[in-house]
Order: sequence, then structure tokens, then C-alpha cells
Amino acid sequence: MVRCFLIHTVCPISALSAGECRVLYSRVFGPDETVLSEELQELNPEERRLLQKEKVAVVARQVHSAVTLSREASGRQLVEMVPGEEVLALQDADSGVVRLRAGDPFNEEMSVLWLGVHSLGFAMVCEPHENLLLAEGTLRNLSRHCLEHLHMLGPGSEVLLKSSRIDVLLSRLLPHGQLLFLNHRFAQSLEKEVAAYMAK
Amino acid sequence: MYSHGSESLIKQAREIQEPELQKFYSRLVKLLQGKELGHETVDSLQRLHLILSATKYTRTLPSELRTRLLSLLSSPVEQLQVLSSAVLREMPPLSAEELNYIQENVGQLNSQTAALLLSKAGTRADLSSVCAQLLRGLDNRPSEAPAHSLMHTLPVLNTILTHSPECLTEDHITLLSKRLVDWLRYASIVQGGGASSGRFFTGPRSRQPVPIAELDGMVSGDFFTVLCVGQGFTEDQWMNVYSFSMLHHWLLTYHSVSNGNSTIETANRSQLSLSHSFSNDDRSEVDGSVVSMVSATSSSSRLLPPKERLREKAFQYCQRLIEQSDRKAQKKTDTELQKACLVEAVCILDCVCVEDASLVFRTFPFIKALFGRLSADLSFARVLLPIAQFYLNHGEMAAVDCESVWKLVFGQFPAELFSDPFLAHELLRFLRLNLEKFQLGVPQYTHFFPNLLKFLAWDSPAVVDDFVDLLPSLVTPATAVELLHTLLDLPCLSATLILQLRSTCLPISEPGGRGLLSLDAFRNPSFRGLFLFMLRGEAGSGDTIDRLSTLHDLLAEAADWPRVVQCAQTIPVLLHIYFNTVVTVADEKLLAHLILVMLERSSILLNIPTYIKEIHRVFSCHLLRMCKLHPSLVVDQSHELLEFAGIPGNVYSKEELYTHVVWVLGEYLSVSCDSRCSVSLITSCFETLEAVLFEITSSGTPPGTVCPAPRVITTLMSALAKLASRSHDLIPRVSLFLSKLRTVTRGGSVAWCSDEEDLVAIVTRGEELWSLLKAPSVAQSVLTPSPHITTPQWHRDTNVAMPLQLRALTSLTHPQ
Repeated sequence: MVRCFLIHTVCPISALSAGECRVLYSRVFGPDETVLSEELQELNPEERRLLQKEKVAVVARQVHSAVTLSREASGRQLVEMVPGEEVLALQDADSGVVRLRAGDPFNEEMSVLWLGVHSLGFAMVCEPHENLLLAEGTLRNLSRHCLEHLHMLGPGSEVLLKSSRIDVLLSRLLPHGQLLFLNHRFAQSLEKEVAAYMAK
Repeated sequence: MYSHGSESLIKQAREIQEPELQKFYSRLVKLLQGKELGHETVDSLQRLHLILSATKYTRTLPSELRTRLLSLLSSPVEQLQVLSSAVLREMPPLSAEELNYIQENVGQLNSQTAALLLSKAGTRADLSSVCAQLLRGLDNRPSEAPAHSLMHTLPVLNTILTHSPECLTEDHITLLSKRLVDWLRYASIVQGGGASSGRFFTGPRSRQPVPIAELDGMVSGDFFTVLCVGQGFTEDQWMNVYSFSMLHHWLLTYHSVSNGNSTIETANRSQLSLSHSFSNDDRSEVDGSVVSMVSATSSSSRLLPPKERLREKAFQYCQRLIEQSDRKAQKKTDTELQKACLVEAVCILDCVCVEDASLVFRTFPFIKALFGRLSADLSFARVLLPIAQFYLNHGEMAAVDCESVWKLVFGQFPAELFSDPFLAHELLRFLRLNLEKFQLGVPQYTHFFPNLLKFLAWDSPAVVDDFVDLLPSLVTPATAVELLHTLLDLPCLSATLILQLRSTCLPISEPGGRGLLSLDAFRNPSFRGLFLFMLRGEAGSGDTIDRLSTLHDLLAEAADWPRVVQCAQTIPVLLHIYFNTVVTVADEKLLAHLILVMLERSSILLNIPTYIKEIHRVFSCHLLRMCKLHPSLVVDQSHELLEFAGIPGNVYSKEELYTHVVWVLGEYLSVSCDSRCSVSLITSCFETLEAVLFEITSSGTPPGTVCPAPRVITTLMSALAKLASRSHDLIPRVSLFLSKLRTVTRGGSVAWCSDEEDLVAIVTRGEELWSLLKAPSVAQSVLTPSPHITTPQWHRDTNVAMPLQLRALTSLTHPQ
């Protein structure tokens, strides 16, 4: 299953200091893994929540540096995008995988697939036995929907103020972290439901 | 994009003060008390979520607000369900009363409530109760329940499988195995959603059921799978999708490899299953269920117990998917899905074959045919990796020749697809996970290290972690020397790969293009051989090339290309791993060869700032270690070491390495380390070092030239003193020099040392050595201690054991 999906900032942004990374949306699926492990039993709920937030922040920072290094190596110039060019933005996006070793920060080894769309990073933390080909397709699909429905290429703050839209999107396309084999008909049917929700 | 507005929103949410927050809470409670929950309520709930999630510290909600939110979990409006679940997930765990409330009021567990319960589960018991609740809903479902209510069941179960598979009892597993068989194999084969056949004269009576179609538009002739389409879908077709999506994980979790006593077990089981089959409540006996074209042997499967039956059906499903993936899909997204389905199908087949080895003979023809179909098309590379895994797991049993598979995976993929980050990740992971199998069954994989290193040369930051794990296995006595050369030249490989890609993309002549010189060189036939050597796929054609420095000159402008710089930054770490491994597998002869390589390559490296210095540092560290482990190496390689140490220029350009070479010469060039060490050898070494020391400390150096590092001077002095202590004729010469040194420096500053403190340190050391050498035998025991002193085993040696000595002394001195 997918353990975590997050959206965060990448690359230097005028609103943030250099190297700082802001998590705009994060969703961890399933129970807190520290609850069921033998160690860390003495943590109270506030500490567990703090630990989980820190883990998400670690993932965001890792992806942030992966995106930065990848863009530096490829030497591509970032082109300014405006709302309406979501499909183009995705085609131009950088993508890759980061391997997280066991314990750093999750109990088991994880593979983080990421997409870098201008100054936004979309990351999906998958268990290594997952079908990464399917995960990649799902990540691209989710990113496109997020960019479109939340107008993320524009200067607005809908990603913060309308996060329930992402929740609904995930509940259809990645329910409880489950990757789905959806052909275009199934996908259409789910996307219609999502669009109906967004219209309200 | 992220703007100042968004940043200030987050800051506000984090810094909201307690009074304002309490006001917000009470306003929200009032809103939630209203009959109609409109836009303002939704907005406020959204803001509440932002306030709670923006900070990593937990806030507490007033209990009335919590109760209101809990009641929203069962709201008919999805948005309210979503928001309340999201808010409550940011809160501390639910109390027992709250859990009871949910049990009683939320009725059938909806998706958002399940998400909340999962996320707040505190123990395995909590997960078990969610599991039991879900499966109860699965077993006895009222017929009036809405169509989508079952959909989230399997994803939630999959989550529980991931974290706590013991939560499912044997009965649960049996129940689910049967349902999965139903959904996977016996889902409806007509289109759902009341699709009509589309004929002109259709009325409600003539609405015939329309069969499902394949991705290429043809009517489907077999059972329903994820690669079938229709205008609308029935519920069991949806469950088919969800079932297949979790099938692999299910099989991995609950179907472990069966051990040897299978015949008795199956005999017993088939007796049991005969009685089972009469009470089998699945749909295989239902009229109209499709007899699959895929497997004609399905009739006997009715007698299998549920787990084995599921395995058989999974097998059939995967076979069908492989056949369906050969069709030309009409939409691009479906083509991508076909690839993903192929990967999944092969993985599942691998899994069931591991569990039941008899399936291997049925499966291999399909896998072989698939390999034949796809091996020529590089766009299917990621599908060929699971196929390679299958060959690795079962090839030996089926006595199939796997050579062509390894040639493809290790020979072709890295050479042509090194720039695909996903393939790199998956291929290296494949290698990592199966390392032992490869070392036993396919040991020749180490010969492909030049190809594998291409991944590292292209995208070092992403894959260096994998190579930290893989590199030790690539270090073998046969590959060690060539591997060292290749690692040192990895930045060159990086540049070459860039040039290779550029030369295929860019036109022949590009005015003012970047990298023009090196690109010209790349295309120049007279330099072809150099670049081809870099791009070789297999080891064995030579350790390195003669014209290496020519190559470095041609690639000089690549030294500031970001990809090359990133690559260069990872080499020191990998070299450490290389050397740490090589000392465990190499014999002395090989280590001697490696010392030569280090000395030779110290001046033949691509000129990237700080790269050369870092490499020298690694060399120095490991030269020291190797000589410490095998002191006779120094005598063995004394000729080359002296040659290196005799060049005054090395003092300045390779200070670190020079210092260490001089040190090992001083320390290990002695008879106690190697009996072949003769007086003449010691004398010639002495003379070489003396000459260098004279030259670098002569007053003849013009002012303004760089000074030698003080450490070099002191190391030279110490080395000379050590050598002299072994051959006492040399002592007068050293003493003379040291006293001259004292005289010269008393006069004030010297040309070869700019810092006064350093000068004082050098002079002090000189004086210490001089006074030590006044008593030759003392000097010998201090400067050339015998091994039993330098490797103390106080606790083991009865003659020298400290406790014994102390006890003896005590008993002697204390009156009885």
C-alpha cells in the first residue's frame, strides 16, 4: 500500500528562505506504525503525532533535495506556468525515485516516487513490493487532478483552504492507500464523481 | 505556485492565540447546532482543519465540538464526513465512549469512519475489531445497501494486512478467499449501468444485456478482468478491480511456501474438501458462469480447499491478463495499464509458483513466450525485470537457459536506459534483493560492473545508496584492479554519457553550443577508442587505457558540468567501501598491485576542484591500512615507493599522499617487518629521502614560492631517524643535518617556513630526534620497536601480564 501522499514546496521560492520546505498537504494512510512496533511503546499520543509529522517532514526534505539535485544535473531551465497549462506542466515535470532505508524514517525500507512541477513537489511513499509502474501512473494522475481542481499553478491558497477536495480525490483514486488498476472507463467513472464533488 | 499569501495563512494558523481560538470553537459549535449546514459551516470546518494540521503540536478541542464532529461522520453529505474525519484524525485517539458512539451510530462502517478508526488505532485489538466489523458487513449484507458501500472494504483490509496480518482469523481468511474467488473469476460479463445495445428501436423491453469488451474494442469472450471495458459497471465488476488490486499482497501475506510433507497433506485435504464442495457457496455452479478458455483444467479445482482454489484462480486471471496485454489498446492510458498489469501478473505467477512448485511447468511456457515477445522492445524494460526474477527463482527447476535474460538485464538495459530513474531504481533493487542468488547461480554478473556503474555515473545522488550495498559484492580478485580504475574515472564516464546523449540529440554543427570541444572530440574518429573504452559494458578487456591523460585533457571542460561534479562527490565514499572490502578478499600480490595503481593514478585524475585532494586523502588512509596489515608490502614495493618519494615536486602537488608514503617507508622498511630488507636498501631509501629534505629546506628557494607543509618536513625527519636507528652508520648524517637545522633557524625566519609556530614545532621535533639518536640502542627500541611491544597482549602473556607483575611487586614490598 501507499503509506503517505504529500504535496510540498520545492526549489527556492521568494516566500521562503533558501532550503526551507513547506508541506502543503499530507495524508498518512493506516495506523501509526510506532503503535504496533515493540519499541516506542512509552510514547504518548501527542508525541506520536509529533513523530509522524516529523517523518513526513523528513520525506519532504529528501524529495526537496532530490528534485534540486536532479534539476541541477539536467540543467533545464524552469519555465513559468500559468493556470490552464496543467497538462503541459506535467509533461515537463521532473520525476524520480528516492530510496529510504529501513529506520530512516519509516520502520521498513520505502520507495518514494516524486514529481516536481515547477515549485511544487508531489510525493508518494510506497512499500517496495508495490507495483511502481502502477504507482507512477497513479501519482501523475493525482497530480494532474490536484493541479487542475485546486488551481495550483496560480497564486491562490486553495491547496490549504480546500484540502477536503484532495481527501475526496484520494478516497476515489487511492482509497486507504490502495493502488488501483483502473482502465480508462473505471477511471472516467471515478473522475466524474470527483468532478461532481468539486463543483459544489 | 506557493505565494506569500499562502505562507502568511500558515503562519496565522500556527500563531493563532488561545482566546481567539476559543471564540472560533464556540462559533463553530453554534454553526453545527443549526439545522442546515451550509457554506459557512464547511468553510469554518476547513479552517479548523488548517489550524490543527498546520502545527506539529497537538491542540485540544472542547468536548462538545468533538461530539458534534463525531455525529458528522454519519452525515449524508460527503463533504461533512470528509471534513470531520480529517479534523478528528489530527486529534488524540478516541476515547472508549467515542468508540462506542461510532459503533452504535455510524451503522455500516463508511469509508471516512474506517479511515479515522484505522488512523487512531492504538493496539492490534483495535485493528481486529475494525476488521471484524467490516467482515460482518461483508458476510450478511442487506440487499438495500447502496452499491458503493462495499468498495472500501478491501482497501481497508489491505491496510490491516500491511500492519497486522494476525488480525484476520482462519475463518476470516477462508471467507475472504471464497469471496475473492467469486469476484475475480465469476464477475458479471455483461455491462452494468443499464447500458443498452445502442440499437435504434429500443424500448424498455428490448434492452438486452450488452457483453463487456476488450481494450481494442472487440467483444470479450472470457471472464471479466481489469482490462475489460463497458459503458457502466456492476458492483461485482468493481469488486473484481479491488480484488485484483490487492491480490498480490494477499498472496504474499497468507500463502507462505509449503514444506515437504505435501502429499499426505493434499490427500487429507482432498478428503476434507469433498465434503467442503457440497457446502461450497461460491458461484462456480451458477448457471451461465464462464468456462474459461484460459484453463481447461478448471473443473477439478472445485475440489480444492479455499486457499488453493484462490491460487488456481489467481493463476488463471494472470494468464488471461497476459493474453489481453497483447491487444492494441485504443487509449494511451490503457497501454500504460497493460504494462502495469503485465508486471503484476508476472509477480503473482512468481508468487504462486514459489508456493506450489508444480505450477512452474504450467507457467514457464507463458513466461518464455512473453519474454520472447518483449525482449526486443526497450520500452518494456520494466516489465522484463519481474520476468527476470521469475527466471531467477524457477529457471533452474525448469532447466531453462537464462543466459539471454542476463545479457539483456545486465548487458543491454544499463547501456541504453541508464537515464531512466525508475528503471535504475528497480534494476538495482532487483540486484540487491537477489544478491545471494546471483553470487551462487550467476557469478558472472560481476563482470558487468562497467555497465552497472553507468547508473551511478548518470545519477549519483539517487543511486549511491544502492551502490553502498552493491559495491562490496562487485569487488573480487578478478575485477579488483579494473574496478579501481573505473571508479577513479567515473566522472569521465559521466561526461562521456552526457556527450553520447548530446551527440544523438544535437545536429552535427551547432554554432556557439556548450561543450563544443569535447563533443567534437567525441565525434572524432581518432579518439573513438578512448570513449568506447569508457562506454564498455563488460570487464576483462583491460584494466585501463594508455592514453588516459589524453582523455582527461579532452574532457577538461566537463569538470564543471553539474552531473560530473555530483558524480565526483560520491567517489570518495565508494572508494572507502572498495578498499575496506578489497583488503578482505585480496592476497598480498594483489594489494601490491593496488599500491602501484594508487601511486600511478595519483597524478592521472580528471581535474575537478577538490576531487584530486579527496582521492589523495582516501589513498593515504588506505595505503596506511594496507601496510599496517601487511608490513612486508613496503619492502616488496620499495622501488616504486622510493621512486614516488624521490620526486621533490610531489611534496607540493601531492602533500597528503607523499607524507603517508614517507611515513610507511620509515615505519616498515626494516628487517623485523620483512627479512629481505637489506642494509643497502635502507641506505638507498635514506639517501633518497635525505636528498628531498635537503632540497625543500635549502635556502636557495626563491621567495614567494609556496612552502612545503610542516608535516612533510617532520615526517621526513622522523623517517630518516627511524632508518638511521636500524643502520647505525647513518646516524652521524642525520645528526649533522638536525644540528644544522637548529643553527639555521636560530637566525630567524627561513624561506621554506612562513609560520613561526610551525617552525618552532619543526625545530623541537628535530631536537627530540637528535637527542634520541645520541643513544643508538635506545633510539632503536623507540623508533623501531619489536612487534611484541607494539602489539601488547598484556592480559594473555603470562610473562608480561600486568596483574601478575603488580601482585608480585605487592607481595615483595608488603611485609607478610
